[in-house]
Amino acid sequence: MQHDLTIGRRTLLRGAVLGGFGLGLHSLFPVWAQSGSPGLAPDMPTLSGEDLTLRVGHSPFAVGGRTGHAITLNGVLPAPLIRLREGQNFRLTVLNELDEDTSIHWHGLLVPFEMDGVPGVSFPGIPARGKFTYQFPIVQSGTYWYHSHSGLQEQMGHYGPMIIDPKGADPIAYDREHVIVLSDWSFFHSHQIISRLKQEGGFFNRQKQTLLGRRQDEMTQEERLMFARMRMDPTDISDVTEAAYTFLINGHGPEENWTGLFRPGERVRLRIINAAAQTIFNIRIPGLPMTVIASDGQNVRPISVQEFQIGNAETYDVIVQPSDDRAFTFVAETIDRSGMARATLAPRMGMTALVPPLRERPTLSMKDMGMGGHGGGGMSHGGMSHGGMAHGGMDHGAGAPASGASAPAMDHSDMDMRDASKVSFPVGIGVDMIAPNPVDRTGDPGIGLEDVGHKVLTYRDLVSLVPNPDKRAPSRSIEIHLTGNMERFMWSIDGQKFSENPEPIRFELNERVRVTMINDTMMTHPMHIHGHFFEVVNGHAGNHPVKHTVMVMPGGKVSFDMTADAPGDWAFHCHLLYHMHAGMMRVVKVRPLKGKAA
Amino acid sequence: MAQAREELRKEHGALTTYKVLVDQLEAKTGSGRDGYSWDGQAWYGGDINKLWLKTEGEGEFGRAPEDAEVQALWSRAIDPWFDLQAGVRYDFRPDPERAYLVLGIQGLAPYWFEVDGAAFVSDRGDASARFEGEYDLRLTQKLILQPRLEFDLALQDVPEIGIGSGLSTAELGARLRYEVRPEFAPYVGIEYERAFGDTADFRRTAGEEAGGWSFLVGLRTWF
Repeated sequence: MQHDLTIGRRTLLRGAVLGGFGLGLHSLFPVWAQSGSPGLAPDMPTLSGEDLTLRVGHSPFAVGGRTGHAITLNGVLPAPLIRLREGQNFRLTVLNELDEDTSIHWHGLLVPFEMDGVPGVSFPGIPARGKFTYQFPIVQSGTYWYHSHSGLQEQMGHYGPMIIDPKGADPIAYDREHVIVLSDWSFFHSHQIISRLKQEGGFFNRQKQTLLGRRQDEMTQEERLMFARMRMDPTDISDVTEAAYTFLINGHGPEENWTGLFRPGERVRLRIINAAAQTIFNIRIPGLPMTVIASDGQNVRPISVQEFQIGNAETYDVIVQPSDDRAFTFVAETIDRSGMARATLAPRMGMTALVPPLRERPTLSMKDMGMGGHGGGGMSHGGMSHGGMAHGGMDHGAGAPASGASAPAMDHSDMDMRDASKVSFPVGIGVDMIAPNPVDRTGDPGIGLEDVGHKVLTYRDLVSLVPNPDKRAPSRSIEIHLTGNMERFMWSIDGQKFSENPEPIRFELNERVRVTMINDTMMTHPMHIHGHFFEVVNGHAGNHPVKHTVMVMPGGKVSFDMTADAPGDWAFHCHLLYHMHAGMMRVVKVRPLKGKAA
Repeated sequence: MAQAREELRKEHGALTTYKVLVDQLEAKTGSGRDGYSWDGQAWYGGDINKLWLKTEGEGEFGRAPEDAEVQALWSRAIDPWFDLQAGVRYDFRPDPERAYLVLGIQGLAPYWFEVDGAAFVSDRGDASARFEGEYDLRLTQKLILQPRLEFDLALQDVPEIGIGSGLSTAELGARLRYEVRPEFAPYVGIEYERAFGDTADFRRTAGEEAGGWSFLVGLRTWF
């Protein structure tokens, strides 16, 4: 039976590839993810209600004229949209039709820890050919997603969106909504990808600096030498690039051009989810400003931007209001600019707009080496005393040139880039750098976006719409260093890989803690803590933006305040899948457990 | 749950993998004799400990190799970029065959120089050392010029295999490869190799030149 179904799907795929966007192709996507989607509607066959089922299995997946092997839920990629309402009970049974364990983690959802879906942390996993029932009350609203936390299944298609409507009226008015699930699909097996990265750290980078392609404006000679001396590649922005990936929007490649419809004048809500395994995207819609209204499912004061960077696992809700009867291109350019995911917003099917070419790939700067405070030419946003200031004036980083700003007189050559005395853990083989002077970079728009000529969102622009509930000052501060070795593709926290059995991070139940994450590597890490939201300390005290995932820029640091109100064991990790897989993960223990032996 | 915990631990940082690199598989022609040579290595292991195999050799076209060695090493990371390597080397050629103990360091030096240095002590007590350094100069994304330098040193004369004490041989070469894929790159190159001191004398006695230029055509490939 299973066999017959598979053949049927293959036949459909073949038809779809030959016939372009035939009905056959449509049937492989959930309705909301089909091209020409009129948007989400209450009568749409999404999974909603209180008793749901998801089957995890193998499916062929076709994009760009090729077919590969995917791990899917209910046979579709992305997985079905789950739409719930705040206050309801959620009960979902997962039937594992794979010959290996699987799991579903509800990303951003506040759940009892046994329901969090991380094998080896919250539960034993869902065995091959077995099943598991998740059951918990829905106590929040917003845009979220779900994905496998087993092995590298997330890379292979095991992810889907989740929307929770608020119990009361939504403070955001909109006429229509679309879900936009960003992801990175590969015809390489995920195990081959990580093998290549271990064999040659820069394997997938096809935009290295070359002698014949040398750009004088790119870096100063001093910077080039500094990077070479440290054995760091300033073009190493993404570990896995377009060389291995096709970037998808709602399961569609750039040529398939997923199209979402609108009527001119409507307020359209885009629920943007970065479900990619290893890709950070820069999002823009040329000609159409976006008003950011929520981040990680939590409402923020509306702010209008032209572009924003979205880390893995982050979600952003934006409102766009196209008034003309024309199409717009939704551009999701990868952080390293090796490729893009592309979609179209249009009044009618078949309309397209200009697709902008990829911009020049960025290079890392001294600031990304954690020399932010040195020779940063007037760039001094270390001070966080801007509380309550209007966010319009908060984007120091956005206008300040990140590279080239280093004062020529400054000699960096004697600076110790691996000074073990700056940290309290052993600086071993897995740690190739300790940032000498990490600075708060929440005011920076992200690698490569310092100088794009329009307004780019920064974390400092985000202000929670509602006041932060826990008014207590943190009673304790901890520092966590994000560490790595680019050459050996080792990734760790405080110098220890998860496989080395590090001590868990311990919080007392209901303790209020300030956590400062310091990035001692030259890559941006989207850091995610399970079971909790945290407030990013960005100068808007009392209304800090509430998030579950935050990007820590290279050589930078981010502080967040957190109330450890969820007893149990939780995962804390970098959401770049291969960084986590290489060891950049910890268990967080919140104790005592309620009504249980601690 | 204990099993799931152990699997979680192993899956997050304890990956073992491998690499097989045929760095040089080439034909040479020039002032000396026309012939072939190879230089390859393979490793298997985790981030810190690896089993590392190396082999190199050369010979004249149509004949068995004149030099052929294999090394089996335990390789242990000692800093972010360098591995300490210890093990054995066996030379099947030249005759008489010889076994060596090996202690070396291989890794990536500042400014992206790939270096490999090793000391050898043979089963007959003679000591020698070898140093190799190379650099990838990227002309375009696919075209790479690789200058390369090698020195062989010996502590004493070993006449039966034609080695003289001191700097015995040196090689200076440049290979220009085209990465059809990063894992598959044909190349052309030139190399100057010569013997010094007693090694040069041994060669002259055997009716050979002390050194000379070669043109190379070869393939670099890995998986």
